[in-house]
Amino acid sequence: MAPGEAFGFLGPNGAGKTSAMRMIGATSPVTDGYLRVLGLDPESEGVELRARLGVVPQEDTLDQDLTVADNLFVFGRYFDLPKRVLRERIAELLEFVQLTERRNAKVDPLSGGMKRRLVIARALINDPELVLLDEPTTGLDPQARHALWERLYQLKRRGVTQLLTTHYMDEAEQLCDRLVIMDQGRIVAEGSPRALIGTHVSREVLELRFDDGRQDDAAATLGRLDDGGPVERIESLPDRLLVYTPDGDAAIRAVHELDLDPLTLLTRRASLEDVFLRLTGRQLID
Amino acid sequence: MSAASASAQRATGGWRITPHRPLGRSVRLVERNLRAMRRGWTLFVSGLFEPMFYLFALGVGVGGLVGEVVGPEGELIPYGVFVAPALLAASAMNGGTYESTINVFAKLKWGKVYDAVLTSPVTPREIAVGELIWALMRGWVYAVSFLVISAVLGLVPSWWGLLALPAASLIGFCFAGLGLMVTTFLRSWQDFDLIELVLLPLFLFSATFYPLEVYPEAVRWIAQVSPLYHGVELVRGVMTGSLSWALLGNVAVLAALGSIGLSVAVRRFGRLLRS
Amino acid sequence: MTTPIALRVLEGHARAYRHTWRGTTVGALVRPVLFLAAIGVGLGTLVDEGGTASRAIEAPSYLAWFAPGLLAASLMQAGASDGMFPIMAGMRWIGTYKSAVNSPVRPRDLFLGNLLWSSARIATIGVVFAVVAAAFGAMPLERGALAVLPAALTGVVTCAAMSAFIVTRDSPQVLAGMNRFLIVPLFLFSGTFFPVDQLPDAVQPVVYLVPLWHGVELTRSLALGTEPALAWPLHLGVVVAVGALALAVGATTFSRMLRR
Repeated sequence: MAPGEAFGFLGPNGAGKTSAMRMIGATSPVTDGYLRVLGLDPESEGVELRARLGVVPQEDTLDQDLTVADNLFVFGRYFDLPKRVLRERIAELLEFVQLTERRNAKVDPLSGGMKRRLVIARALINDPELVLLDEPTTGLDPQARHALWERLYQLKRRGVTQLLTTHYMDEAEQLCDRLVIMDQGRIVAEGSPRALIGTHVSREVLELRFDDGRQDDAAATLGRLDDGGPVERIESLPDRLLVYTPDGDAAIRAVHELDLDPLTLLTRRASLEDVFLRLTGRQLID
Repeated sequence: MSAASASAQRATGGWRITPHRPLGRSVRLVERNLRAMRRGWTLFVSGLFEPMFYLFALGVGVGGLVGEVVGPEGELIPYGVFVAPALLAASAMNGGTYESTINVFAKLKWGKVYDAVLTSPVTPREIAVGELIWALMRGWVYAVSFLVISAVLGLVPSWWGLLALPAASLIGFCFAGLGLMVTTFLRSWQDFDLIELVLLPLFLFSATFYPLEVYPEAVRWIAQVSPLYHGVELVRGVMTGSLSWALLGNVAVLAALGSIGLSVAVRRFGRLLRS
Repeated sequence: MTTPIALRVLEGHARAYRHTWRGTTVGALVRPVLFLAAIGVGLGTLVDEGGTASRAIEAPSYLAWFAPGLLAASLMQAGASDGMFPIMAGMRWIGTYKSAVNSPVRPRDLFLGNLLWSSARIATIGVVFAVVAAAFGAMPLERGALAVLPAALTGVVTCAAMSAFIVTRDSPQVLAGMNRFLIVPLFLFSGTFFPVDQLPDAVQPVVYLVPLWHGVELTRSLALGTEPALAWPLHLGVVVAVGALALAVGATTFSRMLRR
């Protein structure tokens, strides 16, 4: 990975992302195969490796017995950082995650977004070369998510390398320069979000909903259209029909010409969700 | 941030890890607990009172009924002088056990404190050792205050009594080591009732309140199996100034049990946390 | 007071208890028996040998003197713990009380239900203890059975007073504080381990204000067939009065905390 790069693992829950993260973070034994992180072996050089990593676990593992600032202080001491350095760095980090006013507050009453920002500050206390973020915005409300994404983007601009897992395709598109798509412990594709979409699916998607029982007929009708026409591929989901197309407007015209009469009709840009669906035949979030 | 970080990097000399210090980063856990205690110190201080209440009730109250008993060297000593060392030993046992069981279990299962620690360079072994040191430090504070009160009440006839402090630490080490080991086997809070069911008979039947001679011959050896019995003998020996080689045997038993507990705990701690 | 609903709360406790009986009841039963063996029998040997005892206590042996005091003090402890943990659990740890008041159950039914449940538990512990004490030769069984009554009353009153107070607290730290500064001193200094007149003169009047001491005096006089320190209606009056006050306060605090 290049310095300042953000690399993502995208996959549904249970795809093996957290396990992979724990092995990379040297908090879990490596089950099989060869793994080197920052040139170190997590098994035998775990201490040295963890000293150079920052970890944002999926669950906020903040210390409830300590204040906001003490959470950072105590954690910094785990890295043997001198107190003078820590005091300086804590002020800076609290500013960065916008928690300066809460520095002497207890941890428990903080909102979910604040807690997550504090965990991010904690992960940065040792000025890590690589930050591991496991599902950084799971469980946060939309506003808090956007605020967090903005902070992570700032972090990237400062040259901090990030490795993150997510099962939100919008998060992966927002944050990752490069990502792998994981499914059932396997990597099924790798590349930048744009390249993945370009390689595996068409530019636009038409989403159609029909009355009960009419979806299959409509899929069959659309499927009979010529190759090279507006319809590249059709994906039938339980509740809707996805029509992959290079040109959304042309596809809508085709639907009307065929008198398919959908209940609702929507064109959107193809996303990583579609890539995942294409590669695994399943949806990211069930 | 980058400028300050760079200066911090210089200040720490980059990331040189020094694994060869004897206690490693265990002391960092102690620092953590000290900071955490800024909130819970009242509870800590209140822990001083229970053994004191027992001291007054038994040393003064029951002491008035009993009068004198046979001490370690066969001489008659006031009951208060006899029972105070035992209560000090028992409070060292309770301190070491509670700190290493309930508090560690809470951090392990409920507070998830160690999950975060593990993402830092601190190792499971250092966590276990750190918690043990912490338990000893707390026990030390309790032992010092208990010894002072006993001396004020005139229950410490010899200057050898100062040796009760290292003796209390040894008892704390023994029970904190065993306690950490037991904690790695606990499943839920309900198991703590079982720990209490073990501690209470130890407290009551380890020659704490009367010499073993009260028991029939056949029962005495059972009491000698109790680790607290060895603690009581040791503290009573030094606090009454009756030093003998037999005390080294008590020291050996306590040290051995504590070491066994700690080494099992360290091994299981790693497996429990790094899964 | 609608007992049927309070009884339903009692049933809830019984159901929950089936899963945790091992630790709690075994503990509550075993603890006094261990104390009886260690202090009553073991330490008693020393006291009886010392000879000073015959002047200080009015009983055939220290064991016979100590056992009734321990009975009352143990049931007090059981009542106190029933007034702490289930209430904290119902109010905060598990929160069953907060959902229960959305049904026809009223706050005071929860208060009474817990108290009834505790009474049953206290009575059981008391009877078992009396049987064990009789087996140790500490008291004749029929006297022991009689002595359980004032001891159990003391326990139930403690439970009522404790739960009336605990329902208003939200920090679990208060439990440790109550135990260290109230329950342990009561257990040790209410004339259980040694006669109150062994205490410094200045402290003795304080003991007369302690309901447990009155319970201990009643229990001991029934177990030994001796006269209590004061007239027995006075002892009983204090315990009953504290109980009545605790019931009134508890009904209020439960309503205040659970109805908003």
